[in-house]
Amino acid sequence: MSEDNSGVTAETVKKIARLSRLHVEPDRLEFLADEMNGLLAWIEQLGEVDVTGVEPMTSAVEMAAPMRKDEITDGGVRDKVLANAPKTEAGYFVVPRSVE
Amino acid sequence: MSDLTKLSLEAALAGLKAREFSSVEITKAHIDACMDAADLNAFVTTDFTNAMKSAESSDAKLAKGEGGALEGAPLGIKDLFCTEGVKTTAGSKILGDFTPQYESTVTANMKADGMVMLGKLNLDEFAMGSSNETSYYGSVINPWRKDEDLVPGGSSGGSASAVAANICLGATATDTGGSIRQPASFTGTTGIKPTYGRCSRWGVVAFASSLDQAGPITRTVKDSAIMLQSMAGYDAKDSTSINKELPDFAAACDKGVKGMKIGIPKEYTMDGMPKEIEDLWQQGIKWLEECGAEIVHVSLPHTKYALPAYYIVAPAEASSNLARYDGMRYGERVEGDNLYDTYERTRAEGFGKEVRRRIMMGTYVLSAGYYDAYYLQAQKVRTKIADDFKRAWEKCDALLTPTCPSAAFAVGREVNDPVTMYLNDIFTVTANLAGLPAMSVPAALDNNGLPLGLQIIGRALDEETVFAASSALEKCAEFTAKPEKWWV
Repeated sequence: MSEDNSGVTAETVKKIARLSRLHVEPDRLEFLADEMNGLLAWIEQLGEVDVTGVEPMTSAVEMAAPMRKDEITDGGVRDKVLANAPKTEAGYFVVPRSVE
Repeated sequence: MSDLTKLSLEAALAGLKAREFSSVEITKAHIDACMDAADLNAFVTTDFTNAMKSAESSDAKLAKGEGGALEGAPLGIKDLFCTEGVKTTAGSKILGDFTPQYESTVTANMKADGMVMLGKLNLDEFAMGSSNETSYYGSVINPWRKDEDLVPGGSSGGSASAVAANICLGATATDTGGSIRQPASFTGTTGIKPTYGRCSRWGVVAFASSLDQAGPITRTVKDSAIMLQSMAGYDAKDSTSINKELPDFAAACDKGVKGMKIGIPKEYTMDGMPKEIEDLWQQGIKWLEECGAEIVHVSLPHTKYALPAYYIVAPAEASSNLARYDGMRYGERVEGDNLYDTYERTRAEGFGKEVRRRIMMGTYVLSAGYYDAYYLQAQKVRTKIADDFKRAWEKCDALLTPTCPSAAFAVGREVNDPVTMYLNDIFTVTANLAGLPAMSVPAALDNNGLPLGLQIIGRALDEETVFAASSALEKCAEFTAKPEKWWV
């Protein structure tokens, strides 16, 4: 059912790991590719289902999206927001340099 | 005084109200039982000091003839619900010592109703698992044993184990693919996943948002009704919360099944399923028939596609939900060479194997070029599964099925094969995909003396029928077996 039938390769895993922001050691790539291919082979059976004209489900229970006023209902809790941060300074999050 | 830990929640609440015993007494009895049961590893965090304080304040209210629907009852909370000032881990290393500054709506409702919270119960990491072996805080052990340690099921393994071992009167749980009902079946307890949207998801650590739903695990059907009444209700902070009046769930338990049409879906069987589960299902059919229900045979032809569809939808949503764990704003951070390296090392070390596997799968099925083939296809199959149920509802009011294809298995047995583990949820996952209420009721012991459950699935928003049919099953099954106490 996938457009590319060659399956997941070590190269694909590397790309997916990068998109997932997960560090993967190079010697694990092949193993993970095999594991993903195993799961995908099991999942492929979904391709048997004729879904012509079927709408994808977007909500588990039929209901209209509720509307609300666009107004500020919360805030002014800086210390609570920072309470669990791994690193803070002077009321700010401290993060690694992102622009060199 | 008789052993206060053996009471049902219903009986305990009645006894508290009648002042036959105090909340301090029953809370103390449960704290002692919790401390004796450390080998079960059911708790990640206990909060006994605050529990005793809550008990005292409940007693003050009860003395004045006041108090809410759960006043003074010692209960456990799955460690997926954020609790203000009490560490919340989701069973993961990545959250570190995360201590919420706010309370989930479900636990806030229960606290407003007077619950005494004993602590936070262990679970599979981010609720991803069917055996409670993926928790960073170690496996939970089932109080039921057969020569070796058995899993309590998952992901709400701590909740199920604690309720089965009489160390909590009841516990909250959550169910994304079967995480309330499968552990209930494995531990001889009762649990309901209500209709999607009944319980607010606000403040519950998110796994797969279109499937996640909270519910109780208890020792009786009526206890589940009492707890759900408190947990559920409209919440503007969850945009998928159902804005409808709650029915009286406890009253529904006494309605009986006379004239009710119970559907038997022929697809709810599996190669290699023990004959005793098949037999128990037939027994369940007989029981409901004897109580006056009419049995009809129905077909849910897309049942076999539910699990593969789930293993696209759930990881896809999880990969998106778990993107927030970046080590910047809360939780653990592992410093790397630069920002990206910090992200990648934080997440690789903070998430366990099963969670990483699902994030990668989810990222893959949502990635460019694969979205239509996988995610869109799965969401269409999900519509077909929901349509199967809609057709069944033309012929019946509720469905009766086995809860699981097996009894509890040994710790460490199946963890190396993801698909084998995923098959645990084959009979439960359909209700999540279609958003339907479903309940597991303990019905018998197998040849090894281990509990087996039967499942009732109902129409959306019709928990009342689910409670009525489940109560009837409970009465007929007369399941009173308890695990032999080996853990003290």
